[in-house]
Parts: sequence; C-alpha cells; structure tokens
Amino acid sequence: MVRFILRRAALGLLVALTVMTLAFMLTRLSGDLAISIAGPGATQEDIEIIRKAYGLDQPLYIQFASWISRALVGDLGNSYFFKDSVSNLIAARMPITMTLGLVGLGLALLVSIPLGTLAAMREGTWVDRAVTVVTMIGQATPSFWFGLILMITFGLTLGWLPISGTGSWQHFVMPGIVLAMTATPALTRLTRSGMIEAIASDYIRTARAKGLTRRSIIFKHALRNAAIPVVSIAAVQLGFMLGGSIVVETVFALHGVGFLAWESIAKNDFPVVQAVVLVLATIYICLTMLSDILNALLDPRIRST
Amino acid sequence: MSAPLLEIEDLSVTFNERMAAVRNASFRIGRGETHCVVGESGCGKSVSALAVMNLLVSAAKRTAKRLSFAGEDLLAMPEKRMAQLRGNRMAMIFQEPMTSLNPAYTIGSQLTESYRRHKRASQRDATARAVKLMGRVGITAPEMRLGQFPHQLSGGLRQRVMIAMALMCEPELLIADEPTTALDVTVQAQILRLLNELKDEFGLSILLITHDLGVVARVADSVSVMYAGEVVEHTTARQLFADPQHPYTRGLLSCIPVPGKSQRDKPLGSIPGVVPQVSVGFSGCAFRSRCAFADADCAGTINTQTATADHNYLCRLTPTRQKELARA
Repeated sequence: MVRFILRRAALGLLVALTVMTLAFMLTRLSGDLAISIAGPGATQEDIEIIRKAYGLDQPLYIQFASWISRALVGDLGNSYFFKDSVSNLIAARMPITMTLGLVGLGLALLVSIPLGTLAAMREGTWVDRAVTVVTMIGQATPSFWFGLILMITFGLTLGWLPISGTGSWQHFVMPGIVLAMTATPALTRLTRSGMIEAIASDYIRTARAKGLTRRSIIFKHALRNAAIPVVSIAAVQLGFMLGGSIVVETVFALHGVGFLAWESIAKNDFPVVQAVVLVLATIYICLTMLSDILNALLDPRIRST
Repeated sequence: MSAPLLEIEDLSVTFNERMAAVRNASFRIGRGETHCVVGESGCGKSVSALAVMNLLVSAAKRTAKRLSFAGEDLLAMPEKRMAQLRGNRMAMIFQEPMTSLNPAYTIGSQLTESYRRHKRASQRDATARAVKLMGRVGITAPEMRLGQFPHQLSGGLRQRVMIAMALMCEPELLIADEPTTALDVTVQAQILRLLNELKDEFGLSILLITHDLGVVARVADSVSVMYAGEVVEHTTARQLFADPQHPYTRGLLSCIPVPGKSQRDKPLGSIPGVVPQVSVGFSGCAFRSRCAFADADCAGTINTQTATADHNYLCRLTPTRQKELARA
C-alpha cells in the first residue's frame, strides 16, 4: 500500500511539472505582457521600465526557472493589480470554492446514486428510460444558463434564495445545484451500469441463493461493488467542478478562486493566472490520487497488490 | 421409502413465452439421496435447478403440476417465505467458484451472514460454526481464511468455501450445479468424495447437475437424463449404466472410453450435431434430428415407456428394436 501511494505521488509530481510548464507557456503566448500591464497610453519608456521591473527582459528559460524555483518553496509571486501576494489572494478565496465544490459533489452523489440504482433495478422499464432522458437533458444544459434560470425562478420570482454573494449557507444552494448538475449525469450513468453489471453477476446469484433480504442483496452486495468506480470518478469530478466553478462563481458573483481566475485572465494578471492553474491542477492531482487510494480501500483485489 | 423431500412433476420453464427451456420434467429426490441430472449444455439442467429455488430471471416463467419441498408447495409459496427456505433448508452451490463469491467481502463475512439471518445467531456463534465447517470441508487454517478475500483463494478452496457456506444452516437439500466442472481433476475427485461424506454425515439430499457421466457413476443414487428440456430417461444409477434405454443415453455412454473395452484404433462414439433450441409448442421427440433410428413417427406424440418399476424413458423404440435397426 505504501509503495502504491509513493508510485502515485511520483506520477503526480510529474504531471504537476507538466502543468506548470504549460501554464507558463500559455500566459506568454497571449501577447507582450509588459505592454498589457502598462496599459493603454503608456510610453515606450514606461514599458521598458515595467519589462525590467518584472524581469520580463530576461530569456524565457530564466523566467521559467525562477518562477518554478520560487513556486516550489511556496512563493507564487505578487499580483500586478491586487498589490498582494498571490498566495494570500488564493488562500482567502479557496474556502468559498471548496465549499461550493463539496456542496456540489454532495448534492450530485445524493441524487445520482439513488437514481442510478433505481434505473438499474428497473432496467428497460419506463423508469429507466426516464432517468436516461433526465440525465441527458442535464448533460446538455449549459451551467450558466441553468444558473440564470434558477436565479430568475427562486431568486427573483419566488424570492426564496439570495441570487449573489456569500453571506450565508443559502447563498451556496443555487450555485451548488448548478455545479451538481454538471456531475450528476456521469455519476448516475456510472451507478446504473455498475449496478446492472453487479446485479447480473454470479455473486448476486449466490446472495439470492443464500436467502438474503432484497435490501441486503442490493445495498450490501451489489452497491458495494458498483460504488467502487463511482467513488473514484466522484473524486475526479470534484476536480472538474473546481474548474467548472469559474463559470458558476462568475454567474453568482461568489468571490472564490474561479472568480479570481476570471478577473485575472481579463486583466492579464499572469502571476495569478499561473498560480490558479497550478493550484487547481495540484488539487486535481491530489484528488486523482485520493481516488486511486479510495478505489484500493474499497476493492480488496487492488489493495493487496 | 418415506415421502420424498423434493417432488417435481411436469415442470416447464419458458423464456419470453417463446423458448421452452424445460418441458414437463418430472423427478423426485428422497431424503439422503443423491440425484444427478445429466445432459449436454443447454438441456435445461441448470434452469430446472434455478426453478426449484425460484431464482429464475424475470424473463423466465415457471409452471408445474406439482413442485413440493418437504411437503410444502413451492409454487404457491410467497417470495418472503421462499427466501426463508433458501440458504436455510435448501442451499445451492455453483459451477463458477471464481466468481460466485463477492469480491468485496471477506470469506468470514460471507460465510456467517446467512447463518445470522436464518438462525438469528450472534456473529460469534456464526464465526465458530464457520470455522468448524471450514475445517470439515478440508480448509486448512480456517481462522486465517476468515479474514481473507475470495481473490486470495484458489478455485478448489473457493468451492470448499461455497460448500461450507451452503452447509451453514444445515440444509436438507443441497443443489450443486456442476460443482466440479471448473476444477482440476484431482480437486474434482476430492470435492466429490467430500459431497458423498457430507451426504451421509448430515443426511443431505443432493441434486447434482453435471454433464459428466463419470461424476454420475461416482455419486449418484438415481439419475435423470435431460435432453432439450425434457427428462428422456429416469432411473437408478446402477440401471442407467447396466441397461440404458434411450438412444441419447446410449449415445452419451458410447462417448466415454472404457479401459479394456474401447479399442485404440477404433473411434469413440459421438453424437453428431448440437442440442436444438426448442420453442413453445414443439411436438415429437427433440432428439430425432440427431438420432440414428428416427423415422416419420418420431414427430408424433411420444409416450413414456417403462422398462422396470423404477426405470422409464421417452422413446418409441425399445433397446431390442434399436439394435435390430442398427443391424439393418
């Protein structure tokens, strides 16, 4: 198990390095940073001063090396616009994004596991088909549009929920639902197919031959096996959701990391953009690792290798 | 003989109301008796067994004139009561020991759960019984095995676990569906010997499904030969080998090499063709497409014939007549 975790960690580190390289390259591709920082109306001299001040006059590989070496010790540089360290900016906003992501994932699991199980138990009936149709509609709905519809309905018309901000738990309900909707279809289908496979398996026939209750057969024997891929995909989905929260946070004006990323991209605040990409990628890598570990904990066949 | 433990009369199973998997099968199993159902793949052996346990898939429909277990009518029995019998008074083991155990739970947890459910026993009592039975079925270091997962065990061990699991609640009937087919020959022999011992020790009745007449010879008291969903011959094991009546049974027997009898330079017997899929409403003898003696009359209704008191078969022709035809 320890070797298993170490191997995954080494792999994760390589992925993180790749992501850092890509993030660095992409921000440099988006034009001359000195010009955009200086803003319109700046003289050639101003631009040169800025270029020197931010070290943008140095060769790319030196810029890259200095960013990497500082990032490795936790120094992500300073924002050009917020006049604060990038680490502080992200740390202040991370709780909001994390809360949103976990609420979204929780809701998604709460809906998709019962829905997928129900569809599998009624395979081929109208219940199953209805579940398929609903998940397909969910998959096809853009989250910003769904967010706005919710806002109009529950925020403005009914006045049940606040439409923007982060003051209370109610503020997270609608963004959480929107985020959950992005993950629910995949998790539902995965639960359904896993359950169908499990129900048709020999060990379920054995469980039935043992005279166990229907509840024990479905929930103890079948769901336990069907849940293995669902749990690992759920962890990965949380990573997607943190990325997807850029849209949701913007729509609901939640000042989380996603909102910060959106602002910084618009302003070419590349230390922040690089750092957000790095942090989200690192979280994503950790979640993938966590998913593998969870997978191993749930599946004894993987655990012992 | 006292009243039989399991009585099956005119059992039929259809799939999607089109395919007839079992057609008017009848046999009975006495207490402490081993009854073998033998036939090629797709003859309806497993389906018959699942029909007794009421474990058929939902596309299958079961009908019978009579289906009773220890005097109780299984046909009218509600599922809830049936679930109380399953794993308790009638247990089943399967052909695939590799996949029949749940990969996510330990051997101990899977062994004890039916005992805890049916006997309302504590985990400690159930574990003690599991350890005892594991030892009985020849599993070494049973305490250690309790915490292991199925994938850590060999096929032979898993089948022993399945047998121990089936015996947990001291069932009266054990249904074994090809229990040795997936195992090595040496393990196969051990398992069959074990089943024989357990039968005497626990007074078990065993319904054993196999395609292997060698297995029948080792364990069976009585035999049903099934073909295309029908029981074509029903008799004692001794009678079956001494005086087979049905051309299909004789064909099956001719496929087995007998030391000293079979000659090296002569081919072994074989039955050309495969078992046909029979649909609902099929009439006549299903074996006629592969039978050397078949003629136009075989498409008509075939009546059961009796050779001796406990030996009947489903063919128009007596063995004497078959021999005449073979010579001609």
